[in-house]
Amino acid sequence: MAEAVVGFDPLSTASTSQRRRALYLIYGLLTLFALCYLLPLAVIVLNSFRDMSEISRAGLIGLPHSFSLDHWGQAWSRHCINGACKGIAPFFRNSLKMAIPATLISTALGAINGYVLAQWRFRGSETIFAFITLGVFLPGQIALLPWAFVLGTLGLTNTIAGLVLVHCIQGLSFTTLFCRNYYVSIPDTLIKAARIDGAGFWRIFRRIVLPLSPPILIVTVIWQFTGIWNEFLFGVVFSSGSGQPVTAALIALTAGAVSVRQYNVESAAVLIGALPPLLIYLFGGRFFMRGLTQGAIK
Amino acid sequence: MSSLPRAAPAAALPREPLRDRIARLMPQIVIAPSLLASFVYVFLFCAWTLYLSVSDSTLLPDFSFGGVKHYLALWQNRRWSIAYTNLFLFGSFYVTGALAVGLTLAILIDQRVRGEAVWRSIMLYPLAISFVVTGTVWRWLFSPTTGIQAFVRGLGWSDFAFDWILDRNMAIYTVVITGVWQASGFAMVLLLAGLRSVEPDLIKAAQIDGASMRRIYWKIVLPTIRPIIVAVVVILLQFAIKTFDLVVAQTGGGPGLATNVPAIYVYDLMFQRGQIAEGAAAAIMILAALAAVLVPYSIWSSVRARREAGHG
Amino acid sequence: MSSLVIRDLSKSFGNVEVLRNINLEARTGEFIALVGPSGCGKSTLLAMLAGLESVGQGEIEIGGRVVNRVPPKDRDIAMVFQSYALYPTMTVRENITFGMESRGVPKAAQADALARVAALLQIGDLLERKPFQLSGGQRQRVAMGRALVRDPALFLFDEPLSNLDAKLRVEMRTEIKKLHQRVAKTTIYVTHDQVEAMTLAARVAVLHKGVLQQFAPPRAVYDRPANMFVAGFMGSPSMNFLPAEIVDDAGRLMIALAGDSAVARLPLTRAAGGAGKRIVLGIRPENLVRARGAAGAGTGQLDAVTEVVEPTGAETMVVLRVAGREVIARFEPDDSPGVGEVVRLAVDMNKACLFDPDTQALVA
Repeated sequence: MAEAVVGFDPLSTASTSQRRRALYLIYGLLTLFALCYLLPLAVIVLNSFRDMSEISRAGLIGLPHSFSLDHWGQAWSRHCINGACKGIAPFFRNSLKMAIPATLISTALGAINGYVLAQWRFRGSETIFAFITLGVFLPGQIALLPWAFVLGTLGLTNTIAGLVLVHCIQGLSFTTLFCRNYYVSIPDTLIKAARIDGAGFWRIFRRIVLPLSPPILIVTVIWQFTGIWNEFLFGVVFSSGSGQPVTAALIALTAGAVSVRQYNVESAAVLIGALPPLLIYLFGGRFFMRGLTQGAIK
Repeated sequence: MSSLPRAAPAAALPREPLRDRIARLMPQIVIAPSLLASFVYVFLFCAWTLYLSVSDSTLLPDFSFGGVKHYLALWQNRRWSIAYTNLFLFGSFYVTGALAVGLTLAILIDQRVRGEAVWRSIMLYPLAISFVVTGTVWRWLFSPTTGIQAFVRGLGWSDFAFDWILDRNMAIYTVVITGVWQASGFAMVLLLAGLRSVEPDLIKAAQIDGASMRRIYWKIVLPTIRPIIVAVVVILLQFAIKTFDLVVAQTGGGPGLATNVPAIYVYDLMFQRGQIAEGAAAAIMILAALAAVLVPYSIWSSVRARREAGHG
Repeated sequence: MSSLVIRDLSKSFGNVEVLRNINLEARTGEFIALVGPSGCGKSTLLAMLAGLESVGQGEIEIGGRVVNRVPPKDRDIAMVFQSYALYPTMTVRENITFGMESRGVPKAAQADALARVAALLQIGDLLERKPFQLSGGQRQRVAMGRALVRDPALFLFDEPLSNLDAKLRVEMRTEIKKLHQRVAKTTIYVTHDQVEAMTLAARVAVLHKGVLQQFAPPRAVYDRPANMFVAGFMGSPSMNFLPAEIVDDAGRLMIALAGDSAVARLPLTRAAGGAGKRIVLGIRPENLVRARGAAGAGTGQLDAVTEVVEPTGAETMVVLRVAGREVIARFEPDDSPGVGEVVRLAVDMNKACLFDPDTQALVA
């Protein structure tokens, strides 16, 4: 039994064959898992290029024998969803119009709140922090009916602005939590020195705290954007028809009844819908990581 | 006897100019809107939904008091019992599965493998994808005509059957698989951080003491990261209780009611069947389930933190 | 008979050479201190002795057996870590018996060994506690208990007192010394604190940048350091170094301090070379005292200006300036000079060390 596994035992007095077996086991298992993780992604990417004739014959899993970029164009601007045949583009734009403002606003507010709660503690500020953080754990279902009422009263039912409002308020809890936990690590002696120097609340924020913030702001923006873009429940309840975000549109697209399922076009559409957060992940992966390990330490 | 000169009686202090007062109270002023919004969102919305659940509302809110009849109706409802049984099944397998896979991967990667960043990126990317996308793609993969069954049959095993997603008894397990697929990378990252936080001297001491690697992991490493394991379990349980998107995308709750979960039932009641009071009651039940997980956990972890801070 | 022999040991990490040609041996029951500043390689050496780090070149022999490729658990060693490394989720009892359990020692023998060690270290009433319930000194003793229970041929200590506050450190130091007197096991004790090394060890090995500077009993390392590094490292406050030259003074060889020709010359008590040779004069603060009367044989006298007076209670350390350089001298508390006062210092040249300015090695 290979006991001396690679990492811990530099002396590695296990024989070379034992070491090699252990290495094979480890890398073999990792590769197996990696393939399982990559399978779905590979499937939709490859299928977005294949012809339907091939898919109908061979199923979704398999190496492509045909190649066409047509389906992408079809998915983007021509495919029929919810009655309209303008492709996934309008819904994609809806999601952009919803996610970008909501992300920016909730992050900005979260940063300021975090700054207040971390560096300007006053009586009751810890309770306030606990209260705001509670929002992270609340299930969306609790807020459905009240939001419906609020949006209705404000005249924002079925609008993108309504969704932006919802995501802002909901996101506030999360962004405040994140930013506050980060700002606590700024030594308060820095703030004290600035106050002695005569700086006030906003000046300290602008000149001292904000320049130190890029790490947490990037992480927060990435997590918020991903969360809001991928969100479904509120998207589907508080919008309809052509005003839906891309997640809701994808359900309508892939679950709608058609005579012949066009898997290639649907794959392309699904990919388009998944692309923004995926690209952010590809290029900003370590910020994801940082967010995870930081956020979990609460 | 004081030899200090007595101060003249204090004149009334000049009133603090408004500008200075605002500057002094700026933190409170700034946090107030968010506090208000959170108050509304956390407290008011909950109270609202709670009130609706005991009101007479059906299609539209009706604020006359109706008593707990909706809760009773809910718990006697067959669909609800199926939904929470499914949640129970799904939850236990999902949490155990994601934890097991996550822990395995974390231990594998902890063996100082090369290209760690690459492995991690591959395991973690599902987090960047919406449950809608995941559910849809896995639906296609589980579908006998287009997915795994078709593929394996195409390879030659023409008797191979894998139609769980159409099977009333097995459909819930397809959702489990997808859920584990999506969440295990997350579990892995947290557990890996935990493994790495184990003091290396502990391992060295155990090696000198003569323990095998297996024994070191089992008796030293895992017990030491128990708090992190618990935290991961709690987070996964929350994901499970809130599950909605995934099921909608993958099975729509079916076949029949086979994969119906409470979150879907809430949506159903509120927006499809015009029974918002009962829907509200179901939403409150979901909240209760979450509280049942979170409250003991936060008590446990603060007690533990206080106990360990009390000693050197 | 040596229970530990280290022969021509070298180790590199990539391009960085961490240890070079180390040769050491420890007799059975001897307490050896391995001392040096951070980064000198002492922890790496200890790790190699324990089997936690592989040998680059050379040999390690424990109990007469070459153990280069032997895993830690089979080397008959025990180690006490700087952080004690007590298993946090186990009780003291479980901590101590963990190793025996891993090796399959029968329960009865485990209980015996545990009782023996608990009595020796007086931790009998701590057995059911967990590490976080123990004080620093108690954890230290449990860590030693865990090591002792193995009854090994070689004890390794890795800076075990660094985590303790000053007062506790002194107490525990004495306890370790008493323990060693009772148990008499061969011990290699790594520390960066030269006081610990001096007080505990039978022989001290001074390490600097991976090279063994000197391996000798404490007195020798203190009085006759092998080079300027050892001289400066051992002893606090450290030795004074003054550049000087051997001069011919009417047929006698004397030492003239560089810089100020007006300063008196000092007698040369040991053969160190001819006139014109440049040297560095090393003299410890306790060998620079206020002169009483005329200079005796082997003593020189210097006039110095007092700059800073630092009373420490038992003695007063005074910083003076002589020949353009600062030196530290030791004064009795009631006899300390005032700032600015010119003091005549007596220099005990028999205790002085002469070093070569280029090789830094001891010349005389």
